[in-house]
Amino acid sequence: MNSVLTSFVEELREIGIPVSMVETFDAADALVHTDLTERENLRAALGATLVKDANHYHAFDAAFDVYFGGTGTISLLEGAMEDSEDGIDGLRQSVVKALLEDDRATLRRIVGAAVDRFAGMQPGRPVGGRYYTYRVMHQLDADDLLVRLLAALATPYEASDFDEALVRDRVERMIEALRGQVDSEVTARLVADRGAHDVAVSRRLPLLEDIDLMHATRLEIEQIERVVGPLARKLATRLSQRRRHGRKGRLDVRRTIRRSLGHGGVLIDPRFKPPRVAKPEIVILCDVSGSMATFARFTLQLTYAISTELRRVRAFAFIDGLDEVTEYFASGTRFADALVEMSTKADLVRRDGHSDYGTSFAEMVEHHLDAITARTTLIITGDARNNYRPTGVHHLATMTRKARATFWLNPEPERFWDTGDSVLGSYRDSCDRVESVRTLRELERFVERAALPTVSRS
Amino acid sequence: MNQATRSGYADSMDIAWSNPSDVTAALGAVGYLPDARISQVVYLAAALEKPILAEGPAGVGKTALALALAEATGRRLVRLQCYEGLDEAKALYEWDYHKQLLRLQSDEGAAWDDVEGDIFSESFLLTRPLLEAIRSPEPVVLLIDEVDRVELETEALLLEVLDSFQVTIPELGTITATTQPIVVLTSNNTRELSEALKRRCLYLHIPYPSIEREREILTARVPDLSEAMGERIAHTVAAIRGQSLRKPPSVSESIDWARTLLALGIAELDDHATSDTLHVLLKYQADIDAAAKELSLPAAGETPTR
Repeated sequence: MNSVLTSFVEELREIGIPVSMVETFDAADALVHTDLTERENLRAALGATLVKDANHYHAFDAAFDVYFGGTGTISLLEGAMEDSEDGIDGLRQSVVKALLEDDRATLRRIVGAAVDRFAGMQPGRPVGGRYYTYRVMHQLDADDLLVRLLAALATPYEASDFDEALVRDRVERMIEALRGQVDSEVTARLVADRGAHDVAVSRRLPLLEDIDLMHATRLEIEQIERVVGPLARKLATRLSQRRRHGRKGRLDVRRTIRRSLGHGGVLIDPRFKPPRVAKPEIVILCDVSGSMATFARFTLQLTYAISTELRRVRAFAFIDGLDEVTEYFASGTRFADALVEMSTKADLVRRDGHSDYGTSFAEMVEHHLDAITARTTLIITGDARNNYRPTGVHHLATMTRKARATFWLNPEPERFWDTGDSVLGSYRDSCDRVESVRTLRELERFVERAALPTVSRS
Repeated sequence: MNQATRSGYADSMDIAWSNPSDVTAALGAVGYLPDARISQVVYLAAALEKPILAEGPAGVGKTALALALAEATGRRLVRLQCYEGLDEAKALYEWDYHKQLLRLQSDEGAAWDDVEGDIFSESFLLTRPLLEAIRSPEPVVLLIDEVDRVELETEALLLEVLDSFQVTIPELGTITATTQPIVVLTSNNTRELSEALKRRCLYLHIPYPSIEREREILTARVPDLSEAMGERIAHTVAAIRGQSLRKPPSVSESIDWARTLLALGIAELDDHATSDTLHVLLKYQADIDAAAKELSLPAAGETPTR
């Protein structure tokens, strides 16, 4: 078991989950007290000792399934049972029955048979498992299963739309469970054929914080959005950190002396004035042009999350014109609604809908300069791809002179800066810091450093 | 088995769990329904004598786990509620300055050495929760609630306690626990906890329960609820959590909802009953609107057509 544990820990580290040596020993200790024949107990024991971040569990679970998912053998039955439609129909029928009765043992058996029959797996072929899962689900015909399940669960009396929505939700969960079952059967067979290590490498899931925000899939974006909240909270607290560091304000001489009277004038119990509260203000300028679409969605989500933490947040979006979007992202609204509101109501396009930083900055200075005060942290997110238009750098300088600090977050890697139509270089001197932020991990690093005292400009 | 445990306290006899199912049974007996994972981690925590760090959304039963553990083991619960600005004097111990001063004044002629030794003795010590848990003659359950609320720097205070269940007081020396406490830390994940803290704990992520488990929780916590209603509520709540909402309903809110429905005498949860009581489950108007739209609910207050 210990050698399996070591290579499993290796794999977790490859994924990027930090596992210390002490934690590996803890896991080994935990295994002594764990019933190894119960897979979920084993999963809980390893998870509790090795993985200390809720966001890492999806990657951990995938790797666990590869290493401890049990073994299967690839059977070469393909074609042998592809004979009769009846056979397939019977199989679908029993899948439906097992799902409805939540009979997991039977489901596992049927799915195992289905994988043998439909996946067409051949030993030694270096194919990722997703293809096989897709083939099996296609043969089982998920849509047909959906219809059958819906029919089976339909209420005898006249159902309301709400009843139907509930049943649909339930059925979708069942299909999802079936897909998971197929996937783990496929994995088990692949592992038997090619060994856990190879399969783990080909099926490795990136950690949420390492996903490139510019090219994330929809599903990944949804997962990321769920963890933006804590990050925004962190940024909010970091920016108001002065308030926490000076937790005890200046000595309150009057109250200290008054307190001392009780002990014969000995100044034993010093009293402090309540600290002065620095209320941080944030102004965000967000490039939402086409090239920035995925990243913009993410920064807007961040804006939205920050605005639930801090009162004084103002958000401006721009393409080749700029408009305030604060009200759409006010707390109490849903993010999805806010996006729709913004795209239909905000006035962001002046000419052709290609980024124009110069014009946008000019509009900011002209109409909204009063939003920026000496307490303001100005955050600009964009790739500074200006389509060869005037940079308007003096407008940016006007803004940053007023602000407490200015940060520029660029989703492009540093080697692409100032190539092509990127004019980041000309904006650089006006900002306190310019950073490449392509993943959550990098954003987190930025947030951590946002608290550091910024270079004071006079 | 005993080799792996760090010390083997003689009086840890109050815990007689020999496998995770015993934990499930013990917690179930006091009305807390753990899933297999929770039981396994609690069992390991007792066997390895390590603290549990429970993390997850608000209202899924993290604090309740500690309360249930205290009840199930018959131990006293010592609770340290964390907040921003919590310091040593509030978490560990504090010298009783007023009493020390009185002692000094009452005895002005005494030799300094005598007095010094005297005023830094245990009778001038005010114990706070952490020290209290460690000095307790009988084993306790120590709950450190919402540990993510203290500053990163304050976390370090906890490390000695979590590591070896001891507290060092410069004037007195090191006080070591005579009994092994069960330690549960909870966090709402408002900030990342330090590596040092996490390394010392068994990590337990408690997500929203499965439909099946939520139904069981409802039945256990709201005994008068009919089985059909319990199932219906669990399914509805699960469907609502599937939407992207500002604040998805927690388990405690779904229990509140079940109680509300019961109090209103609603025996069948149809679409109108659901939309009329949705505000118990969801706390933002935008969330209520979104859930109603996604689940095709009629507007609240509309009279049923049937």
